[in-house]
Amino acid sequence: MATASTDAGGLVSIPALLDRNATKFATKTAYREKEFGIWQSWTWAETREEVRNFALGLINLGVNKGDFIAIIGSNRPHLYWSMVSAQMVGAIPVPLYQDSAAEEMAYVLDHCGARFIIAEDQEQVDKVIEVQDTLHQFEHMIYLDPRGMRKYDHSALHEYRHVQEQGHAARDELTPELDRRQASLTYDDTCVMLYTSGTTGKPKGVVLSNKGIIETSKASSEFDNLNAGEEVLAYLPMAWVGDFIFSIGQAYWTGFCVNCPESEETLIMDLREIGPTYYFAPPRVFETQLTNVMIRMEDSTRMKKWLFKKYMDHARRVGPDILDGKPVSFGDRFQYWLGGLFIYGPLKNTLGLSRVRVGYTAGEAIGPEIFSFYRSLGINLKQLYGQTEAGVFITQQPDGEVRADTVGVPSPGVEVKIADNGEVFYRSAGVFVEYYKNPESTASTKDAEGWVATGDAGFFEPDTGHLRIIDRAKDVGKMADGSMFAPKYVENKLKFYPNILEAVVFGAGRETCTAFINIDLSAVGNWAERHNIAYSSYQELAGHPQVMEAIQAHVEEVNQSVAEDEMLSGCQVHRFLILHKELDADDGEMTRTRKVRRRIIEEKYHDLITALYDGSDTISTKTEVTYEDGRKGYISATLEIRDAKVVPVTTQKVAAE
Amino acid sequence: MSVAEQMTEAPVLDQSEGYVTEDGRKIGAVVMEMKNITLRFGGVVAIKDISFDIREGEIRAIIGPNGAGKSSMLNVISGFYIPQEGEILYKGSKRPQMKPYEVARQGIARTFQNIALFEGMTVLDNVMTGRLNHMKTGMFQQALWKGKAEREEVENREVVEKVIDFLEIQNIRKTPVARLPYGLKKRVELARALAAEPSLLLLDEPMAGMNVEEKEDMSRFILDVNDEFGTTIALIEHDMGVVMDLSDRVVVMDYGKKIGDGTPDEVRNNQDVIDAYLGVAHD
Repeated sequence: MATASTDAGGLVSIPALLDRNATKFATKTAYREKEFGIWQSWTWAETREEVRNFALGLINLGVNKGDFIAIIGSNRPHLYWSMVSAQMVGAIPVPLYQDSAAEEMAYVLDHCGARFIIAEDQEQVDKVIEVQDTLHQFEHMIYLDPRGMRKYDHSALHEYRHVQEQGHAARDELTPELDRRQASLTYDDTCVMLYTSGTTGKPKGVVLSNKGIIETSKASSEFDNLNAGEEVLAYLPMAWVGDFIFSIGQAYWTGFCVNCPESEETLIMDLREIGPTYYFAPPRVFETQLTNVMIRMEDSTRMKKWLFKKYMDHARRVGPDILDGKPVSFGDRFQYWLGGLFIYGPLKNTLGLSRVRVGYTAGEAIGPEIFSFYRSLGINLKQLYGQTEAGVFITQQPDGEVRADTVGVPSPGVEVKIADNGEVFYRSAGVFVEYYKNPESTASTKDAEGWVATGDAGFFEPDTGHLRIIDRAKDVGKMADGSMFAPKYVENKLKFYPNILEAVVFGAGRETCTAFINIDLSAVGNWAERHNIAYSSYQELAGHPQVMEAIQAHVEEVNQSVAEDEMLSGCQVHRFLILHKELDADDGEMTRTRKVRRRIIEEKYHDLITALYDGSDTISTKTEVTYEDGRKGYISATLEIRDAKVVPVTTQKVAAE
Repeated sequence: MSVAEQMTEAPVLDQSEGYVTEDGRKIGAVVMEMKNITLRFGGVVAIKDISFDIREGEIRAIIGPNGAGKSSMLNVISGFYIPQEGEILYKGSKRPQMKPYEVARQGIARTFQNIALFEGMTVLDNVMTGRLNHMKTGMFQQALWKGKAEREEVENREVVEKVIDFLEIQNIRKTPVARLPYGLKKRVELARALAAEPSLLLLDEPMAGMNVEEKEDMSRFILDVNDEFGTTIALIEHDMGVVMDLSDRVVVMDYGKKIGDGTPDEVRNNQDVIDAYLGVAHD
């Protein structure tokens, strides 16, 4: 293979990188997992042993080259290893979202035709068993946690450790075969297949090659000077491309340590104990953390509140400049240092971000307030823009050029161009090979020259060269009077208020814009507590007149800010309502990565939308909800619809016409 | 499944060496036998001439209306009350009068109806107290925490951590018990009882005051404990649905007397039991 020896020095697959790390960083910790209250750790050499034994076990079970192996579960070292083991034997790992319902899983499992499934525990095993009759190619399932599994029929069910032990026992016989298979891996072979979260329609299987993953990992590691000493916390879904790049691609390329939390509930504590140096979180996580800090400060003593406010104001003023290396007076620096000693340091420690050297957020726009809060504390939080098809990175912000409203400059090795209609296109070594079994979609997304359509509309800022994303290209529409309609732009502005968790704006082809609002239960709930407002449920709190007042004020402020933008001044929200339930992925209203599915919401709540436009003051509705275990129920509610003040923009409209 | 089928498939209870239930669990021989127990408090007769047995590996429920004497019965088993008449056979031999701590050493652990945890201590410390009977070092050695005491704590902590993992309370490991909601406190109590690695576990109304979701969780844990560790469980419960779903055999008490004993189905169709629950005039 021509490319094999050139680009990465013979390191053409993840298993090859593992071999290198097992020699180069033999005694360095590669994985940690908190179990039984203690951080258990594995060195790179031990990791290789574990991976190889499991790979031998897979051959022993009859895994062939080119088989698909689905992996379902939360972030566990053993599950990460199983992906590398799969690659080692020439199979293709397909990580799945562990919180998907059984039917959603059935689609993906059937689409990729997985012969083998590796499931974390009984919960996941049960889901697969529920749908196994529809899976024609499925043969064996391997589970990690044996709890509660004793009475299951074990004819096609195997325990992870047994598979490893059997592989180890047969090592003399199977090692040559394993070595032969690993040696036959090339740079163009498939590294992993990841399913898109399916914002529109069915999920698509994105095929990423070894080349794509390794080149991307290499370039992005160099961009931020990542080294073997980094610590990351692996807590984002394994099915998400970002986690694959951070916890496998970059980790194997640079040799840094991946830490797996004990459980979802202990995440914050584990984060504090590990103190990652390289950290990724979607804006939502940063928002939640900030909201928690603010709520706790509200409950604090006057003296503490005063100190916090004084020093946070100072940090907002000089913190970002100090971080960017801009000149700051000695007095300000001294005061910032003092603040660091007494306020910022302890606060960062509480957040678990004391050691963060490089932090990224992506996926959604982050509120400027939130962004600057973290940066002013001295946390080097940056934004990147990417997608599964790109192997994450399309653009990212270099140190010293960080702003809340842009997503940075093209990542090394990535070319970006803007089409005439505003859509962003990119091309790089890291782009996906194809959508599995879906040539039409592949053709409509990637052209012959390798340019990939992102589906996002954006533009480069002329003076800085930074990319700004406005909205999904297909969501950007026209209103009845022909002015531009960019729902996400308004929704993001609304979501920047801690009280608002989610917003959905309507208005394409209409005279005016309207909105659904979801309140943030923790923020609004705390506010209600402090104001002695009694409530018994989300629904009751959402319908409380004072909450309506507060949200109305937010909407009106947003209208003012939207009116300032000449192009988008038509997108002011004229009427809104607060939804009686939280939008939920289990109901199909959001994707598993928590992006709003606009079309489904429009269909499901069409009665509410009608009411928003026909002028009625209240609307009674009944909504189907799906519980976590898949059962369905109904909630009914009468919702109040409010008019929000809008800033008149007629003069501008006349001018535009 | 028709009634007739149920009758034929119902486990045969007089097989002394045990049997296998429909869902494949092994129920062993009798481990504890109550013979004609009578317990009086002054003039009040709390338990009147009751006999029943508990088999190894089974979930045995004691039910009955308020004041039926259920908790008294459990306290007799745990050695807290000493019955005036009757005898208790444990693992084949007659149990002499014992202090509760001696009973605990025999491998019997319990939880309480009104939670009895150390409120100011963390969950972890509370669960660690469940290991007391397994520690051999004295207070002085433990205070110095050298050598044997240290090793012992590490060993015991490992057992405790497995229980914490089992009951999924890792996230509250370091939280003081006083700050926990009621349902979780109940779970911590179960954790402490499990930490003792009992062979017989007594649960006094494990589901009292819980909401439906908490009840479901607790039921699952009780079944899991029985399944994973093979622990024999005797429980008192008010919630009939829970009892019927969980237990292998049920003893029904009313006014200190035993009015029914058998599988949930047998008990459900027992006229005395129906009367006791629906209420008929007592003469």
